[in-house]
Amino acid sequence: MTQLIYVPDDASALSVGAGEVAAAISAEIIKRGLDAKLIRTGSRGMFWLEPLVEFATPQGRSGFGPVGVADVAALFDSAPHPLALGLVEDIPYLKSQQRLTFARCGITDPLSLQDYQAHGGLQGLRNALQMTPSSIVEQVIASGLRGRGGAGFPTGIKWRTVADTPAEQKYIVCNADEGDSGTFADRMLMEGDPFLLIEGMVIAGIAVGASKGFIYIRSEYPHAFAKMTRAIEIARREHLLGAAVLGSQYEFDLELRLGAGAYICGEETSLLESLEGKRGQVRPKPPLPAIAGLFGKPTVINNVLSLAAVPTILAEGAEFYRDFGSGRSRGTMPIQLAGNIKHGGLIERAFGLSLREIIEEYGGGTASGRPVRAAQVGGPLGSYWPARLFDTAFDYEAFAEKSGMIGHGGVVVFDDTVDLAKQARFALEFCAIESCGKCTPCRIGSTRGAETMDKIIQGEQVSENITLVRDLCEVLRDGSLCALGGLTPMPVLSALDHFPEDFRRHQQHEAAE
Amino acid sequence: MTVSANSRARAELDLDVVRDIAQQLHGLDGALLPILHAINDHFGYVDPRALPVIADVLNLTRAEVHGVVSFYHDFRTAPAGRHVVKICRAEACQAMGCDRVIADLEAALNVTLGGTSADAQVTLEAVYCLGNCALSPVALIDGELYGRIDAARALARVGK
Repeated sequence: MTQLIYVPDDASALSVGAGEVAAAISAEIIKRGLDAKLIRTGSRGMFWLEPLVEFATPQGRSGFGPVGVADVAALFDSAPHPLALGLVEDIPYLKSQQRLTFARCGITDPLSLQDYQAHGGLQGLRNALQMTPSSIVEQVIASGLRGRGGAGFPTGIKWRTVADTPAEQKYIVCNADEGDSGTFADRMLMEGDPFLLIEGMVIAGIAVGASKGFIYIRSEYPHAFAKMTRAIEIARREHLLGAAVLGSQYEFDLELRLGAGAYICGEETSLLESLEGKRGQVRPKPPLPAIAGLFGKPTVINNVLSLAAVPTILAEGAEFYRDFGSGRSRGTMPIQLAGNIKHGGLIERAFGLSLREIIEEYGGGTASGRPVRAAQVGGPLGSYWPARLFDTAFDYEAFAEKSGMIGHGGVVVFDDTVDLAKQARFALEFCAIESCGKCTPCRIGSTRGAETMDKIIQGEQVSENITLVRDLCEVLRDGSLCALGGLTPMPVLSALDHFPEDFRRHQQHEAAE
Repeated sequence: MTVSANSRARAELDLDVVRDIAQQLHGLDGALLPILHAINDHFGYVDPRALPVIADVLNLTRAEVHGVVSFYHDFRTAPAGRHVVKICRAEACQAMGCDRVIADLEAALNVTLGGTSADAQVTLEAVYCLGNCALSPVALIDGELYGRIDAARALARVGK
């Protein structure tokens, strides 16, 4: 029987040599004249083990990692390999997860529609085709799915608004402008299971009466862009996209668009402006994009992970999905563990596990071996958390209660060498670099804030300047049009509140205080 | 793709080619960004002299086109060096010491972030997140992603 061997073709895996390892395996197969086939997959999301090589066995897939080119030849010997990990599914990091959205990622060939269907793909769409559009929307509402991009708005409610707004043309827009540091779930999904996103968007189109969709991918993701391009070509050829979706009366087609290096375009109205070929400047709301969105038409705009959750909901039912989670946070969340962490990667779990479980049990502490001092959760606009708050449950409400947010699910870990005053300064600097310039608090306040932070770091009138920064944060929070200006205070104030000592390090020569 | 082919030889500015590219793509909804990407790819930058041509094809003002070009970090207004090193300086990479890597690269190449080395071989730029945050620090060198990068490895990739 042909020996099947799997090596990821995910950008992260490639960044540490998966391409070279795959080439070495192919060469070894030829050299030894083996009856073996190499299959390129997405990543399992255990990045400290990449490049992770898997061999099919009767018991399941047996893993080896991290594999270098020099380790390849011995993979084919009968002697036990020093990098052997046993069955991949039994690795505790993976085994304890509840993978719904990422069920296929790292397992299937991302560009094989046959493989996709053999692993449960298209069942959601097939079910949807038997339902009325309004009952699809009701299922999504009943599932409790909330926007995974950061804002957490109920996805189904958005869909219902678009469905109820009459128009000749409506659009589905996928926000794949995943700009938050510490996040990579959208990228992994687009590279590892692109048909899932396409299926989710087709279902959305049917549900609200939209015949066209756009996926806006950031230019920092060339590999994801290339994978999605090929997946869309295949989907068209196999009539998953086109004039008659899977032979039905529904029409739906997709176009990919490339961002151009602007963080603000992850904000939905700014993204729509960019898609229209304009500067990515934020639009005031109302009107909501659901009423007047892309080119002024009713538009569903959802994050990759929100759309990718939909096929599971339609395949397994709203109740199945809703049964995962806690409180008003239903379903699973792909959490991304990053930064100074021993075992960084993707953890898909029902809402409700604690930050401590994520960082200590999954993450295994820092990569540097030093104590964990802080974690920033929810991207560059998220709070810095001190270790004493790590027992907070990972859900929308529990985080909001402690003045934080889960955002897009990124957790960036720092060891005890971090200087939170510098991190607060960076948050303001980043806001200044990425501000679209539409509203004054964000455009100017961020620059003044970074300057004031410089003074604090230099020990100049520290108390007065801290008061000034807090005051400025209030203006940014209350006076900005969108989340960039509105949430930049979150990392700044959380650093000030939880790590005040870092702001007073250079204060000693200030006698008056 | 802007980032995929940074090291290949670039075409000299030819306004007829600019017009051809713009005309080929102008039927797309919201065609300006795809056109600018195509021009940026073809020539390696968007020459200010190309703007009136694009404006003419799309029936926009030059100011509108200039506004879009200047808004986005990806569109260069002058050619980059032969190699482009984009190094991430967002939080996850900060947590793993990207500032050190950047300082080492700046010293080795004698440039500051955003600059090009005197021999026009290497442009060093900051980028904010490449989505490889579990393998920080991260760089994108001539369109290829590198995890756990250090200055020596980055320099080796660009022949320094």
